[in-house]
Amino acid sequence: MSDAAILDEAERLRNDLPGDFSDSIVASLYSDAARITSTSLTQDSQRARLTVDRALDRALTHRVWGFVVMGVLFFGVFWFTIAGAAGPSGWLMTLLVDNGHEWLRGLAVGIGAPAWLTGLLVDGVYLGTAWVVAVMLPPMAIFFPLFTLLEDFGYLPRVAFNLDRLFAKAGAHGKQSLTMMMGYGCNAAGVTSTRIIDSRRERLIAIITNNFSICNGRWPTLILMGTIFVGALAPPALAGVVAAASVVTVAFLGVLVTLLVSWGLSKTVLRGQTSVYSLELPPYRPPQVWRTLYTSLIDRTLKVLRRAVIMAAPAGAAIWLTSNVAFGDASVAAHLVGFLEPMGWLLGLNGVILLAYIVAIPANEIIIPTILMLTMTLGPNLFGAEGGVMLELGTAQTEAVLVQAGGWTLLTAVNLMLFSLLHNPCSTTILTIWNETKSLKWTTVATVLPLGLGFAVTAMTATTARLLGWV
Amino acid sequence: MAGAELPTPRADRPDTQGPGLTGCGSCAFANAANLTKLGVDPGRGDYIAAVAGNPNTGKSTVFNALTGLRQHVGNWPGKTVARAEGSFQYRDYRYTLVDLPGTYSLLSTSGDEDIARDFLLFGRPDVTIVVVDATRLERNLNLVLQILQITDRVVVALNLMDEAGRHGITIDVRHLARELGVPVVPTSARNGTGLPELLESVEQVANGTVVTKGVRVQQRDARLERAVSTLARRLADEFPGLDNTRWVALRLLEGDPSIERAVRDGTLGGLGHGARLAGAAEEAS
Repeated sequence: MSDAAILDEAERLRNDLPGDFSDSIVASLYSDAARITSTSLTQDSQRARLTVDRALDRALTHRVWGFVVMGVLFFGVFWFTIAGAAGPSGWLMTLLVDNGHEWLRGLAVGIGAPAWLTGLLVDGVYLGTAWVVAVMLPPMAIFFPLFTLLEDFGYLPRVAFNLDRLFAKAGAHGKQSLTMMMGYGCNAAGVTSTRIIDSRRERLIAIITNNFSICNGRWPTLILMGTIFVGALAPPALAGVVAAASVVTVAFLGVLVTLLVSWGLSKTVLRGQTSVYSLELPPYRPPQVWRTLYTSLIDRTLKVLRRAVIMAAPAGAAIWLTSNVAFGDASVAAHLVGFLEPMGWLLGLNGVILLAYIVAIPANEIIIPTILMLTMTLGPNLFGAEGGVMLELGTAQTEAVLVQAGGWTLLTAVNLMLFSLLHNPCSTTILTIWNETKSLKWTTVATVLPLGLGFAVTAMTATTARLLGWV
Repeated sequence: MAGAELPTPRADRPDTQGPGLTGCGSCAFANAANLTKLGVDPGRGDYIAAVAGNPNTGKSTVFNALTGLRQHVGNWPGKTVARAEGSFQYRDYRYTLVDLPGTYSLLSTSGDEDIARDFLLFGRPDVTIVVVDATRLERNLNLVLQILQITDRVVVALNLMDEAGRHGITIDVRHLARELGVPVVPTSARNGTGLPELLESVEQVANGTVVTKGVRVQQRDARLERAVSTLARRLADEFPGLDNTRWVALRLLEGDPSIERAVRDGTLGGLGHGARLAGAAEEAS
């Protein structure tokens, strides 16, 4: 065929060309671009940009100050989130959980609905959903716009620049820090974003470690634990600051674990060259405040909330059912918790928390409501709640439930924070990992490795705390 | 076709877009009254338009402004990792708009660049909007020139003009357009400035009112230039209608496997003027 003849001709012509002709193609291209630019563009050198941008970059990507600024900025964001969310969360709790639930229950009884249906829908589905909305909406509505403003300003590539050296030392790709940034919103999105990494080896490292970026579903757990257990240790004036510090500590621990695991993988099963890449530092842009507020509220906050609500509704129903369907002498939930209790003790957690983590595999968002509901149901009945009814409590009462009914200590709270960082990805993320890798092996590794780390770390802190007699 | 039933505000009756004019007489979109953002619309458009460009030049901002979608826009490179699609209607035509991943070049073979290049070649967009960062013109032109070797149907959106102004950069837009052989429209997509003019140019190139002839890069190396010309002539004989023969010749000289495959299985022959290969766009993805 003549088509093949063309390929032969190309082959023949290629053999006549000097070996480096590819370079000369690029050179021709670049010199044309340079010529066109020089004839079309004039720059007033007096007003050359750079002065402000350069000064900012010098500070924000400084070897030492860069990290200090990073710490202060993220700390500030969390402190603002924690301090600002407390009030609105309380109002929503009163409105949706206290008043709304009572009203709905009255309505259901009024129209003569059977008790099991009222229980399942009002006490299970509605209460679970209302809880998630009250706990998650305010912090997310503050956290996302703040984070988006930083992003819009152009700060994230500077973070990537700062972390680049560390990732290079860990044998991973510098762009991994950008995929981490996506992971702080949602790990499934973070895993997808690893497509910007070309080398398969480095991409796998980024996928496996993305789970150590704390996602939306996990921030509320950290913020709540930090507020009611860690923050409470400090005098009231400092409580917010200490709580924020504990959350930032866990987040930084996540970065540390990311680096360590990346290093471990690149030295063992995923050995290879580190790729060279260029990271462009975009200009700083004044953030478009109103547009950012609008889009981050609509796109991120409501999207995340929708997902949480979709997951919370069936979970609420499932919890109500397992708590109310008896098997032998106790409810199904009680059997499961009893079975998981020894393992929970070993990890400085308890059976309820482990069961909650199984229930919450579809969505981390529902961990706290699940824990509270199970604790209320299975523990001594302090507040006259019916079996399987999710909470109608404020933050102060939440602590009372966990401490008195659940037997929680500071160790339980701290280990829950650690376990929140180190456990299996949610089912959506696992599915995404499968879609991106198409490898059963790596999907399993990405799922089991964080869980194993979580077991190891919490068992270690629990044993240490017990040996030292802290608990 | 579904497009016929859609309300199509006409140029001579701008009042059909009521709120756009009365509510914001001074804003950028007052002039773009003929634009109907259709979001994600499964219906087939009359034209396929692609948005290409270097990372972080505002491709997704342009995409969102035209389609009314809210692709996440971030001030950092590498955010769009896959193709996003949306659609809009401008005057009488419906466009399917494809947001390609940002790339610095189309020469190497990384995943992102393959997506962009294959779409430009096999997806055969009727018009490609190349979004250019006016503050980094030279580096951006490297990509523009590479795209012009593949397709003539290009409109350059010279974006971030507001930033360029702040940095004391002035660009002779008419001269640039003459050099490149395609329309160049200054824009500030973030504020919507220049988008009406961009739409106008897009329409003219898509429906052929304006016939563009992109600049061809000549090879400095005489032997290489001879080889390219020879092979390009052979290609033109073999595949009449193929309009990027010089570029294909270069790729064949470099032994690009996907182009060699296209020659062998005859796909290349279908890439000339004529019926659009609907299937090829799907394959390329």
